[in-house]
Amino acid sequence: MTADLPQTSGRTPLLNAEGLTLRFGAIPALVDVAIDISAGEVLAIVGESGSGKTTLLRVLSGMMAPDAGTVRWLGDDLHAMGEAARRRLMRTDWGFVHQNPRDGLRLNVSAGGNVGERLMAVGARHYGRIREEAIAWLQRVEVDAARIDDLPRTFSGGMQQRLQIARTLVTRPRLVFMDEPTGGLDVSVQARLLDLIRGLSRELGLAVLIVTHDIAAARLLADRMLVMRRGEVVEHGLTDRVLDDPQHPYTQLLVSSVLAA
Amino acid sequence: MTPALRTEGLGKAFTLHLQGGVRIPVLGDVDLAVHPGECVALWGPSGAGKSTLMRCLYGNYGAGAGRILLRHRGTDLDLASASPQQVIEARRETLGYVSQFLRVIPRVATRDIVAEPLVTRGVPRDEAQARATELLHRLNLPERLHGLPPATFSGGEQQRVNLARGFAPGYPVLLLDEPTASLDAANRAVVIGLIREAKAQGAAIIGIFHDTEVREAVADRLYDVLPHQDAA
Repeated sequence: MTADLPQTSGRTPLLNAEGLTLRFGAIPALVDVAIDISAGEVLAIVGESGSGKTTLLRVLSGMMAPDAGTVRWLGDDLHAMGEAARRRLMRTDWGFVHQNPRDGLRLNVSAGGNVGERLMAVGARHYGRIREEAIAWLQRVEVDAARIDDLPRTFSGGMQQRLQIARTLVTRPRLVFMDEPTGGLDVSVQARLLDLIRGLSRELGLAVLIVTHDIAAARLLADRMLVMRRGEVVEHGLTDRVLDDPQHPYTQLLVSSVLAA
Repeated sequence: MTPALRTEGLGKAFTLHLQGGVRIPVLGDVDLAVHPGECVALWGPSGAGKSTLMRCLYGNYGAGAGRILLRHRGTDLDLASASPQQVIEARRETLGYVSQFLRVIPRVATRDIVAEPLVTRGVPRDEAQARATELLHRLNLPERLHGLPPATFSGGEQQRVNLARGFAPGYPVLLLDEPTASLDAANRAVVIGLIREAKAQGAAIIGIFHDTEVREAVADRLYDVLPHQDAA
């Protein structure tokens, strides 16, 4: 039953980085950071505000260049590949889910249009098929298909976030960057979104790099976890081991500070 | 026969940085082996480290010393030094764990929680849900609860959800931490039946059973876990 599952040991990562260092004036934003992520994996980057986690996400996605260190996508140096190649990656192999859905959606375009235009950006032209695919994705993220022609500004925050996920995933990216995707949402809505993200990752073999300060969400969602403090990765490993058997003083403090739900 | 799981010189200590770096040794030189079809009960006073040992065996706690050799994909995988990806793979295919507590994403239906480990192994969703439903029935969880998230269930009901989830995939190695703690006699009998069937199918089982009746019904031998000698 399990014989044809992919061998996970020794596989090559989609994205890997080492020696990432970046300073903002006197402030060290990244200090010798190494990270890698493979297909089908959810990796959480946790830490307080100002720990450098969002900066790391920006450097890994090519939006910001490090002072030193390399980021490789399938072995190719990301910061050496040129703007055009990076833009192509962002349209095809990569997806972004922003904390604020308004940063990831076009608010004056219908829900269906938001999903469909990403397909058109990668070459889809058949209107009927695009609409069909858009409807399928709205259903997948549990947005009522009857609302396909409504503008996202008439949606609740949770619906907007699910629409952003549909818009991001419709082009079948291999790696999705998420910055505090449950940040502004009600707790009840967060849970559904976590389940959705995890299900999609498993089902589609998607790699998800998620930045969050929500330790409880990271526990339920992530396979592996990286703990950052002042630009440094102080601890990394299997999520439940990092949280239940933390080794670094800062991780112990972080874990002991979380309110048990 | 090769053991399904064995430890060599396994040790574990905790360093509490928030308490001035005090070091608490819990396990030292644990040599334990369990074979396919066998059930070993961990035995020892409260606080001796039985649960700590279980968590080390699952990779939930990092081993401080020694090796934890799991028969996985026809070879020995040392969980003490395995990568996170290897541990995840071993948990998906070979190593199951039923803890006393249910920790799941809120608002997910009970049936889906039980079916999830099967789906993760590539079993079609319908088939996985059918197997989940069958196990939940066997553990006397009424059908009307299967579609609800277990957050509002009683302690005993949550434990049965946890048991169904742990037994559904038929793991070759299964760790059970007080699987019957909050169950009534009828459900204890069901769990005894599940454990016996798993053994008959060749599963190697390590358990903590405070319930004498359950322990005597399923355990082939006891393994003594003693309080660590040089404890501070």
